[in-house]
Order: sequence, then C-alpha cells, then structure tokens
Amino acid sequence: MASSYRDREDMATGGGGTSAAAAAAAYDPSYVPDSVKTFVSHLYRHIRDRNVYETHQMYEGGFHRLSDRHFRDTPWPPAEAVAPHCDGDHVFLLLYRELWFRHAHARLQGQGLTPAQRAESWDNYCSLFSVVLQGVVNMQLPNQWLWDMVDEFVYQFQSYCQYRAKLKNKTQEEINLLKQYDQAWSVYGVLNYLKALVEKSMIGEILEREKVGLEQFTATDGYDYEGGSNVLKMLGYYSMIGLLRVHCLLGDYHTGLKCLAPIDISQQGVYTTVIGSHISTIYHYGFASLMMRRYVDGIREFNKILLYILKCKQYHQNSPQYDQLLKKNEQMYALLAICLSLCPQDKLIDENVGTQLKEKYGDKMTKMHRYDDEAYAIYDELFSYACPKFITASPPVLREPFTNYNQDAYRLQLKLFLYEVKQQQLLSGIRSYLKLYSTITIGKLAKYMDVDEVTLRTILMTYKHKMHSINSDGKVISSADFDFYIDEDIIHVVESKLTKNHGDYFLRQILKFEEMINQLDKVQFD
Amino acid sequence: MANEQEAESYTVEELVAVNPYNPDILNDLEGFVNDQVSNQTYNLDANLSLLRLYQFEPERLSVQIVARILVKALMAMPGPDFSLCLFLIPEHVQMEEQFKTLIVLSHYLETARFRQFWDEAAKNRNILDVVPGFEQAIQSYAIHVLSLTYQKVPRPVLAEAINIEGLALDKFLEHHVANSGWVIEKGARSQLIVLPRNEFNHPELKKNTAETVPFEHVTRIFPVLS
Repeated sequence: MASSYRDREDMATGGGGTSAAAAAAAYDPSYVPDSVKTFVSHLYRHIRDRNVYETHQMYEGGFHRLSDRHFRDTPWPPAEAVAPHCDGDHVFLLLYRELWFRHAHARLQGQGLTPAQRAESWDNYCSLFSVVLQGVVNMQLPNQWLWDMVDEFVYQFQSYCQYRAKLKNKTQEEINLLKQYDQAWSVYGVLNYLKALVEKSMIGEILEREKVGLEQFTATDGYDYEGGSNVLKMLGYYSMIGLLRVHCLLGDYHTGLKCLAPIDISQQGVYTTVIGSHISTIYHYGFASLMMRRYVDGIREFNKILLYILKCKQYHQNSPQYDQLLKKNEQMYALLAICLSLCPQDKLIDENVGTQLKEKYGDKMTKMHRYDDEAYAIYDELFSYACPKFITASPPVLREPFTNYNQDAYRLQLKLFLYEVKQQQLLSGIRSYLKLYSTITIGKLAKYMDVDEVTLRTILMTYKHKMHSINSDGKVISSADFDFYIDEDIIHVVESKLTKNHGDYFLRQILKFEEMINQLDKVQFD
Repeated sequence: MANEQEAESYTVEELVAVNPYNPDILNDLEGFVNDQVSNQTYNLDANLSLLRLYQFEPERLSVQIVARILVKALMAMPGPDFSLCLFLIPEHVQMEEQFKTLIVLSHYLETARFRQFWDEAAKNRNILDVVPGFEQAIQSYAIHVLSLTYQKVPRPVLAEAINIEGLALDKFLEHHVANSGWVIEKGARSQLIVLPRNEFNHPELKKNTAETVPFEHVTRIFPVLS
C-alpha cells in the first residue's frame, strides 16, 4: 500500500485537536467487521505457512479492498481488537500496527493525525525494527511489503518534520504534546535504525560476494529458499535506498549517493523488481546527481527509467501505487528538462522519451536557454515542482515566537540551485556562436558577443570548468556536447562525430532474446 | 609525534564510517577539521558529517570551524565540495560576513574570474591565511582550468590566473618546465606557455570510447554463452 503523498501545500492541521476528538468519539474501537476477522486470521496463517504469494495477494489486494469498503475515513480496528484472530502473536501485531498507522497517515491527515498517534507509530517502528535486528524473525514477506515499510518509515519522518515545523497555528495543547513526544522521530533515531538494518543484514557483503559468484541474491529476488527469512536482508537492502532518500531530504547529496553505492544501478537488480523502489532509487539518484552537477549521470538514468515507465505503466493501472508512479514520472520529466537545459546532450535521449519531453516541456526548455528573468522563473517552477520535500531535521524551539519554518530547507536548496544556474548564464551564448565556426579569433568572437577579450576568455574557461565534472573516482569527465581548445588567441572548435554504440546494442539484444527464450521455455501446454 | 597524530585521524575516519549519526563525535570532528588545516590534509566525508551534526544541533555550530571547512572546500576545486557544504548550512548562518565573502570568492573561481578573485582574496587575508596551502591550491585549480582550455596560453593570461608576475613568474615557469612538461615558446605578443597535452585541449587524444565495450558489460552475457 503506497503512502499517498500530499500535494506541495500540506493541508493545514489547524483545529486538529477538536476534530480528532470528534473522530475518536465516532470511532468504536471494539467494532471488528467479520471480513476483517477473516482477513486477519488468513493473513496470519499465510505468513506462518511462509506462503509469500498468498500473503502478497492479501497485502496488496485484500487490505485495500477492506480499507475502501469499511475504513474510508476511520482507522482500522486497533491491534488489541484483532489479537484474538492471530493468536495474539507479538510480531504479527507489530506488522498489523504498521499497516494501521500507514492507513491512518494516508487517510486521516486532513482530520488531524495527533502527535500522540505519530509518536505511537514511531514507537511501533522501533519495536518492529528491534525485533528484526535481533535476527529472530523467521518469516518470509513479499518484497513489496518490505519496501513499503521502509518507504513509509522515511515518509512519516518527513511528514513529522514538516508537521512540527509549522508552529504558527498550533494550539497550546498541540505544543504541549510536541514537548511531551520530543523523542519521537528524532533524526538520529531514523538514521541509526536505517544504518543498523544495513549493517546487521550484511547486505553490503552479500552484494560483494554475489559479484564474484559466491552468493545468490538477485537470482532469488532476495527470497530465501532454504527455510530462512528474507526480512532482515531485504530491509537492509531497501534501507540503503532509504538512507539515500533521507540524505537528499537533508541536502547531503554526496553522502546519499555513497549510501546507494553498493547497488549497481547500471544493471537490473532487486531494486527494480518492485516498481516503487525502482522509481524512488532513480529519482533520488538523478536528483542528487543534478545537485552535484553530474548532469550526464542524471540524464542517463532518467532516460532509462522514463523509457521503462512508458513501456510498462499500463500494467500498473490497477495498482494502489499508480498515482504515485504518475507523479514521479512527471517530476522526472521536469528534472530531465532541467538537466538538458544546463547540459545539452543530443545522443543520450531515447526517441520516445524525447517526444514526451518535447510535448511537456518543449516550450519551457527553449525559454530556459535564454537565461533572462522568464528563464529563471521557469527553472524555479520546475525545480520547486520536482524537488523532494526537504526538511529541517533539528527539533523545533518550542518558545515564542511561533513561526512556520517548514519551507526554510526548501528555500535554501532552491536558492543555491538558482545561483548555480545563474553562473551558467553566459554559456548558452558561447554554444550558439561557436557552433557556427571551426576557427575564430578571440578578438572577433568578443566583438560579436559584445564583450571585451578578457571577459570572453573568462567565459570560455567557465564553459570548460562547468562542462567538466569530477566523477566519484576523482577523474575529470567531460559532459560537453561540443568542445573547443584555444591556441594563443585562436579558438578551434572540435567537430563532434555521431558514434553508434554497436557493442552495447548487441549485448542488450543478446540478453533480451535470452530472456525471451527462457520465458518461452517456461510455457507449459495443458 | 607523527604516529600519534596518525592514530588520531585514523580513529576519526573510523568514527565517520561506523558511527556518523551521533552527536557525541561532534567535538572529535571539530578537532579533525583543525588537524586538516594544520597538516594540510582534507577529508570531505568527515566535514560533511560535521555540517550535518550542526544541522541537527544548531546551538553547537561554530562559525570559525565552518569557515575553515569552507576554505578547505574551496581548495578542493574543481570538485563541487564548496556547494556541497553550502547545501548543509542554514541560510541565516550564511549571512555571516565571513561566509558572504567566501561565497563571493567561490563565485569568482566558478566563473574563472581570477583577477577579481585574487583582488578580493587580498582584502580578506585574515580569513584565508588561517589555512596554509590555500594559495597553492587555488593556483593548482587555475592551472587545471587553463589546461582544459588552452594548448598554448599567453603569459599575461597565466600570470593573472595564478597571481604571479615578473621574476617570481619566471621561476615558477622554470620549475614547471623542468617538472611538469611545460614548454615556453615565443608568441605574437608575449611568451606562450605550451601546456601538457591531454584529451581536453587535444581532442585527437580523446579515446573513441564509443566502440569499446567495457569488460564488465561483456561479463553479463557469459551465462548465455555457456
């Protein structure tokens, strides 16, 4: 079940106190519809039987159907009420509560999810992760569920930071509750749990051993066919993506990418089998690359995933993740438009993706090249639409004056981004002029561009600096779509030849056909 | 003495790798920044960890330490370290005079305005002299950008970029001719410095990577071939 991300303006939780009380009054915690009793006992049985397929069906399908039918805007029955139907199993109830809070966050936010409920959800995650970290869990759960758990964990943290940074309209009661629950969703707790999951699961070592053929992980999609559990392993795996996400929310892109490093995103892997995890990984990787000025890396990955989504989104139309998928798709087109405006690349974009991009952002991209006020407004608009919901991680100062500072983090990132854009202002002029010549003297070009020679030399060097980034190994990588060099005071423009990458093409087709053959082999005729 | 210091920085690096999300290491990380300054070493990961901790504990932020981190980050150009640090420093903190100056200096370097950079740097020696090796690091960066751009660079352009003139520049050139493969030629209006050939100022040196297939990619079809 996907957490439904709110629109950019979170609904105000003003008056949350009273309406929460009203909802609580209408809510009968002991009412458990029969369908829910059946749901709980069946789900419990399937998990005990290690029947991942049935568990998945109930998790994806059953839970949502029942939510839609009985719990549109009320919470599910509390864990205590359903305990009799699952033998009061401690771990199962932790899982149930996780679903409970996830549902509450998705459906009840507008009516005022109280700080107490948010804090209880935090406690539940702590208990659940602690149990998993002890290594005593023996279940196999569907990867979709395990991904959603990590995804939701980070989402609730982000949501709580946003919530407690809006102090202006909070009642005294709410302020007191914030004081009371000041340990809930501490940034240290969140980061340390994610890191603990990564480390205890030894997922880094597992992936290393897999590279040299000593371990089966991707081949089994992380599942354990020898009677063990996939829970710790997969939570550890997904926590790497969770850490990337949290670091992006804090503005630390370098560390975020480091956390993701053990996963090789140039290939398919376990991260691609659950589409939510695939999209979240690439979205955050691409965004971090953009902020680190590694534009080509971002463009390449956005292109790959946007092409993938084009081809496969029809298969996800009925999934509860569909809205989220579409939203991220649109955001990534916006980020791609930004990357291409700052770093034009002819050869990296697939035809179909290019057509979509032109439809959505063709006009805007032309305007962005002009680097006038309108251009900056468009960069601002696209960035604001597509960026993550940055957070201020430090706890609020619960004293007068009570302000709303939830936008501060976002404003800082936007400001620094636009600052970078401004520094590249004169570069598009260079591109348009130099494309017309094979050689030209500095003097002549300076005259055409209406600047003095000294200024022109600095512009040319700025182009070189901005178009050559340092990659993660410390090497200089050129992302210049066209290039030049200077001999005393003559600029020599370099012809860029269109090259076809035959080797790569053959490799891809070989793998694709092999996969098709394997699938055909599996077909059984009755 | 040297061994003691080595052991200390080894421990801090371990801390950053093993237990970075922990306010207790804040003082160690601050000490490590000062070590980097005095030993002319640099560790981006540790400095980013410290800036993150300052985010989480704003009352413990030390303007002096942050200034040193930023100067060190400038010295790491052409890497984007300076902006990576700025992303983690709250806006109101960036309003400090020192930081505004450093941001201006970074701007000049990012846009290759070396003359303006050296002028402004001269006015702010109090911030920059605290960190030994600053001048040399920036000169390195300047030469890097020149090497991307020029096959042959006129002497006045080089002089302005590295802020060395006259006899000192002659000595500097001698040193690089002897050690870095530079060659001095006579140009139309001034001496010309022929910079070493690389794939960025000599495009014919660029390996045609399009046709080469990295070995790791080929390994992907080994299961198919067998």
